[in-house]
Amino acid sequence: MPIITMREALNQAMREEMHRDENIFLMGEEVAAYQGAYKVSKGLLEEFGDRRVIDSPITELGFAGLGVGAAMVGLRPIIEFMTFNFSILATDQIINSAAKMLYMSGGQFKIPIVFRGPGGSAYQVSSQHSQALESWYANFPGLKVVMPSTPADAKGLLKSAIRDDDPVIFIEQERMYGNKGEVPEDAEFTVPLGVADVKREGSDATIVSRSLMVPIALKAAEELEKQGVSVEVVDPRTIRPLDIETIVNSVKKTNRVVVAEESHAFCGVGAEISAQITEHAFDYLDAPVKRISAADAPMPYAKNLEKLAIPDVERLIAAVREVAYLD
Amino acid sequence: MATQVVMPKLSPTMEEGQLSRWLKKEGDKVSVGEPLAEIDTDKATMEAQALATGVLRKIFVNEGETVPLGAVIAIIGEPDEDISALVAKAGSSEAQAENKQSIQESVKAGGDGAPVELARVVPDGARTQATIEGEPLKGDVGGDAGSEQPQPASAGGNRQPPPPTKQAPPATHEGNGQGKQPSDGGGRLIVSPLAARMAAESGINLQSLTGTGPSGRIVKRDIEAAISAGQQKTSAAPSVAAPPQPEQPAPDAQTTPAPQPAAAPQTATIKPAVEGASPYRDEPMSVMRGTIARRLVSSIGPVPHFFLTTEIEMDRAAELRRSLNELDAEIKTSLNDFIIKAAAVALVQHPMVNASFQDKSIRFYERADVGVAVAIDEGLITPVVRSADRKSVGQISREVRELAERARARKLAPEEYTGATFSVSNLGMFGIDEFTAVINPPEAAIIAVGAAQAKPVVRDGEVVVRQIMRVTMSCDHRVIDGATGAKFLQTLKKILENPLLLMA
Repeated sequence: MPIITMREALNQAMREEMHRDENIFLMGEEVAAYQGAYKVSKGLLEEFGDRRVIDSPITELGFAGLGVGAAMVGLRPIIEFMTFNFSILATDQIINSAAKMLYMSGGQFKIPIVFRGPGGSAYQVSSQHSQALESWYANFPGLKVVMPSTPADAKGLLKSAIRDDDPVIFIEQERMYGNKGEVPEDAEFTVPLGVADVKREGSDATIVSRSLMVPIALKAAEELEKQGVSVEVVDPRTIRPLDIETIVNSVKKTNRVVVAEESHAFCGVGAEISAQITEHAFDYLDAPVKRISAADAPMPYAKNLEKLAIPDVERLIAAVREVAYLD
Repeated sequence: MATQVVMPKLSPTMEEGQLSRWLKKEGDKVSVGEPLAEIDTDKATMEAQALATGVLRKIFVNEGETVPLGAVIAIIGEPDEDISALVAKAGSSEAQAENKQSIQESVKAGGDGAPVELARVVPDGARTQATIEGEPLKGDVGGDAGSEQPQPASAGGNRQPPPPTKQAPPATHEGNGQGKQPSDGGGRLIVSPLAARMAAESGINLQSLTGTGPSGRIVKRDIEAAISAGQQKTSAAPSVAAPPQPEQPAPDAQTTPAPQPAAAPQTATIKPAVEGASPYRDEPMSVMRGTIARRLVSSIGPVPHFFLTTEIEMDRAAELRRSLNELDAEIKTSLNDFIIKAAAVALVQHPMVNASFQDKSIRFYERADVGVAVAIDEGLITPVVRSADRKSVGQISREVRELAERARARKLAPEEYTGATFSVSNLGMFGIDEFTAVINPPEAAIIAVGAAQAKPVVRDGEVVVRQIMRVTMSCDHRVIDGATGAKFLQTLKKILENPLLLMA
């Protein structure tokens, strides 16, 4: 299997799907001539032409709304936000139009749209450009929320998201575009939405992590193994619908759980996962569910403070040792 | 501090309970979790466990008496404590009404001498130590711990817990309704949910453990350590027959501090201490296995069994079954369904067998409710076919299949597997020729059914082949004498050999 970057995997997913279905088009800021701010749409303008790869003005609310309208009349738009921080401007279209159209039209209009782009922290882009917004979108029925952590998952999940008839929020971690991994070439390779993946098996504790936190959890698990602690790493991959069953099964096996996330803890996805674990696996818990989240503060610009604001391997190790009563 | 023991609410429909038997007498020491009394409700006989530790100072209700819910039935206190005020109070009707109220609303009682729910009580057939011994002064009736969150002292933003007062201890009654450690004056017993469940399943008294987690929380490794300590204790004195009180750890076990966490997980293979002996692994006992053990010990020990065996010719019954099943694809009767039906009909004709020894009386059942032993992964369970004598074989067949299916899925309600008046155990499908079964108390008898097999037999001086099935009846000699049992078996044999009698 070829080893490629997550950026290339996402590009493959869009290219393959656009070949498969001519109703699919890509629109966003700098996606065409500049080939994407992060080069995810590299080569697509050349290959598919300017009717299907469209540069938009800097108007998130506007082109998100264009996408919803196009979806209502049968096209399958992929709307790229240069970063999800800018999707905040488009939330009226995403939440009030895309998420609710099927319901409010009594099933007449499905909205097969993908809103995708980078999210989470990058390197020193400060408070307004370092936000993990998945809990915003996951809060609303009508939206699916996907966060891949490997190139293969990125490709398979994006293909599923494009084929899905509901609006999907597809959040790529900005720091992970260069991450490499084996990715199947098969044009029919997909990863289903709503199915978690056990990235590493273990027996003493479970780390539930997504996106950027998955490689960090795997590193922590490696370190912990040297300390004699066997850690299972579960990646839900899709935040909504959430595969709580896989998470609960893991917790039933290990009895201790740490939820790691790059977003803020308060009202976050980790809080939801934690609550559901308590609801479904209370009698299997040997310790309270532990959350490791971003600092409860705007992201600092200073490099040293930025590092402290994001969960890292050391904090995860300490958290696992805490729930396993090792310290 | 003396506490009142009141008639607990043991079933949703219960209004009163009959005290069928005291398991302790005045002056006996009792500790939290010990069985105090057996109580007959509208549904079943339940065993009630003490919620307080001390001496059973005074009993108010005699065996056989029926009292309403909430009535004070006893007082537990220190040996030399003055309980006259409580005794006086127990007699007042207001107190009883108040108690009833408090029980029905699952209200937690506080303060000296407040009524204590007798205990967490579970059906006789499914008693479990899962109910963790509650704090003596808390009546946790329904186990609905969620309703017992403390109210904040003031609304909004007040992060301080309310200051402790004498009347309302600031216990937060977390999770699954833990009581407090007796040694720990103001604190609670802190247990992880997993540890609580493991302790319940392996019958470990949490009060006897010292937690190694933060703030003394009892966690998984503490239970594992206690399990392996218990195992060592058992293996140290294997030849001594333990008294039949498995739910009550030996006194020294209660005071032994929990050993340090065992390194090995509970299912790991353990090397025995004795050189050359076989390695073994200890798996925590399931609730069901524990119940089976307890129930059977309480049968074969105190119940004087005797056994009667007879051979029954099953050709006609087998033929009838075949013909019946051929009539309709929906009808799938087994020979065992015929045996259940025949046994129930015979029971009605022999009331002495459809009975139960009750210490001072013999209880005769009005209906023939037949328990059918069903093997499931974790052990066995005996779902009950009620009034089997009045049901058709087809109806019995459907019911048994449906009950067995749900039994295997562990979906049976307690009333579906308790309160049989007689049992049938059939190992014929395993090719067993004959065996003896252990009576399921308080029933007085059980039949053990072997396989029906073609055998040469002598009939009218000729050797012929017949389907012969051996049935062995185990009888409680306190109720059934040899001749009584033999006559019952005669009737059973006659019916099964002439199944048309079921039509008569």
